[in-house]
Amino acid sequence: MSTPLTEEKISLLTKKAAEIRCSVIESLIEAKSGHLAGALGMADIFTYLYFHALKHDPKNPSWEYRDRLVLSNGHICPVLYATMAHSGYFPVSELKTLRKLGSRLQGHPHREWLPMLETSSGPLGSGLSQAVGLALADRIDNGRTTSKRIYCLMSDGELNEGNSWEGAMLAGKEKLQNLTVIIDRNNIQIDGFTEDIMPLNPLVDKWKAWNWQVEECDGHNFHDIDRVIGEAQAVFDKPTVIIAYTIPSKGIPEFERKFEWHGKPPTTKEEIEVAMKAVGRMRSKND
Amino acid sequence: MLNPDLKLNSKLFDSNVELKSMRTGFGEGLLKAAEIDKRVVGLCADLTESTQMEIFKKKFPDRFLEVGVAEQNLATVASGMAAMGKIPFISSYAIFSPSRNWEQIRTTIAYNNQPVKIIGTHAGVNVGPDGGSHQALEDIALMRVIPRMVVISPCDSIEAKKATIAAAQTDSPTYIRLAREKSVVMTTEETPFQIGKAQEVFRSKEQGAGSTTSPVRGETFPDLSAAKRRGNVWSEKGETIYDVGIIATGALLHKALLAAKKLDSEGKKVVVMNLSTIKPLDEAAIIKLAHETRAIVTVEEHQIISGMGSAVAECLAKHIPTPIEFIGVNDKFGQSGKSEELIELYEMGEPHILQAVKRVMLRK
Repeated sequence: MSTPLTEEKISLLTKKAAEIRCSVIESLIEAKSGHLAGALGMADIFTYLYFHALKHDPKNPSWEYRDRLVLSNGHICPVLYATMAHSGYFPVSELKTLRKLGSRLQGHPHREWLPMLETSSGPLGSGLSQAVGLALADRIDNGRTTSKRIYCLMSDGELNEGNSWEGAMLAGKEKLQNLTVIIDRNNIQIDGFTEDIMPLNPLVDKWKAWNWQVEECDGHNFHDIDRVIGEAQAVFDKPTVIIAYTIPSKGIPEFERKFEWHGKPPTTKEEIEVAMKAVGRMRSKND
Repeated sequence: MLNPDLKLNSKLFDSNVELKSMRTGFGEGLLKAAEIDKRVVGLCADLTESTQMEIFKKKFPDRFLEVGVAEQNLATVASGMAAMGKIPFISSYAIFSPSRNWEQIRTTIAYNNQPVKIIGTHAGVNVGPDGGSHQALEDIALMRVIPRMVVISPCDSIEAKKATIAAAQTDSPTYIRLAREKSVVMTTEETPFQIGKAQEVFRSKEQGAGSTTSPVRGETFPDLSAAKRRGNVWSEKGETIYDVGIIATGALLHKALLAAKKLDSEGKKVVVMNLSTIKPLDEAAIIKLAHETRAIVTVEEHQIISGMGSAVAECLAKHIPTPIEFIGVNDKFGQSGKSEELIELYEMGEPHILQAVKRVMLRK
C-alpha cells in the first residue's frame, strides 16, 4: 500500500500539479501544435502518480522492480513529459524541444527516443492490451503476489476502439489484480462530446460486465484519487478500472470543457495571452 | 544437380517423397526454442491446434496464453509481454495475423522494436476449400513494408522448424509465413539455415550443357562494384554462364526444382535459389545469380504485386537491371478448390514456370 497522503503532501502535490500545467502550456505554445485539453485535465493524476503512488526511480529508469506506467492515449504526452521532467527524469528545459526535429520528446511518445518509457503510443486503443501483456508477463515471473503494479492511462474517446475491449475482456478473464487502469473521463473527443459521437454510458456497467473492479473519482481531488488507487491495490482477484472525472483544459478557465481544445494549443496572439495569464496566476499562487 | 553442400533430401524428386506440414515444423521448433530459452512464451487466437502451437502448450501450459478470437489483442498483448522481457510467439492464420492486426504489429511491435515473432499459417491458395476469404496472398507485402520486420517464408517443415528456433534467438520483430497443406520435405536436419541467407539448391553442371554461352572460370562473385558501373557487363562480354535463375520462396520451391530438372535434361543451364528470408534480402546472392544468368524467374504463392518477386526486382533494378518474369497470383482473389487445382488455376505450377523461363530467355 502507498504511504498515507498527509495535508502537507497534498499541498506539495497541488504546487507540483500547477508547475506541470504551466510546463504543458508553455511547451505546447512553443511547439505550435499538439493536444492541450487532455494534457491539462490529467495533470493532477499524473502528479499524484509520479510524486506519490508509483514505485520508480527517475535516476534509475530501468530499475527492475519499478511499477510500469503505460500511456495509451499518447497524444496527451505533454503532461507525461512535463511530469517526468519535474520528477527528475530529464531537465525541465528539454520540454521546449517538444515536437521538434531531433527531440527525444516526439509528438507522440516513442520509447526508442525516450527509453525510460515503457511503450510507444499514439494510435488509440492498443495501450490497454500492452499493459495486459506487461501484467501477464509479471505474473509469469512473480506470481499473483507480485509487488509490481501496472498502470494504464486511457482516454474515454479511445474506448471507441474495439482493441480496447479485447484487452478489457482478457484482463477480466485472467483476473489481473496487478493491473490498474485510469480512464480520463473528460467527455470530449476531437469531433465533439463523447456521448454525441459514440455514447459510452453506462460506462461503469460495461467494465463490471467484463469482471473488473470499477472505481470512480474526482480526477482533480487528491484525496479522492488516493482513495481509489488505494482500493485498487486492495483488490486481489480482479483488475481495477478507475473512471476519473476530469475537466478538459483544467487550469485555463476560458478553455475548460470545450472540445475545440482537444487537439490544438493556443496559437493566436489572443489565445496565447489568455493561456499565459493562466500560467501567471498559477505561478503567483505557487509563490 | 542438387547442391551437395546443402545435404538436401535425396528423394525430393521421387513420387513417394515425404510430405509434412510446415505448421508441424513450427510446433516442434517452438517447443525446442522454449526449452532453450525460458523467456519464450506462446499466444494464440483460438487456433492452437490448427497452428500447431498445441505442442508447446502441452509442455509449457504456464507460458501459453489463449486470447480468444482477437488478433489485434494477440499482437498488442504480445508487445506488452515483450516489454517485460519475454520473447512472444503469436500464431494465427495469416489472413488474421498479420493482416487484420497490421497497425498493431506496425506500431506496438515494429515501431516499439519488440522481439515478437508473428507466425502466419494458412498462407497462400493451398488453404484450398476454405476459399478466397481465408487465402492470405498479401501478407509478404504487408510485412516487408514495415521497417525492421524480418520476413521468412520457409520452403518446408524442417526449414520452418529451423526458422522458428533461429527467430527466437534474435531481437528482431519477425514474421514467419507458413502454408496449410502438407508439402514436400526438400531439406534435411543437416541442411544449413541462417536468417538472411539465400541458398542455391540446384545448379546445372557447367560442362556439356550450355545453349548460347560459355562458362567462365575463376571469376569471383559477386563483383558488386562492376555491377554498379556497368549493369550489362556480363552480357556484353557474352560470358553469362547460365540460361536462367529461378528464385523461389515457400513450398513452390519444389515446383521450381521440378521445372529446373526438366530444363536441365533439355540442355538448359539453370540455377534455383531458395529465398526463404525475404527481408533482409540477400542482395549479394541475388546479384550474383543475375550476373550468372541474366534472366530471372521468381516463384511465390502470393500476389505478384509487392511480393518476394518485387523485392528481387527492386534489388536488381538498382544494381543490375535484368529481365524478370514473375510467377504468383496476378492481382486476383482466390477461391475454393483443391490446393493443386488452385496452383494450376492461378498459374503457379511447373508448366507455368517453364513458360516463364522461355519468356524471360527471349528477353535476354
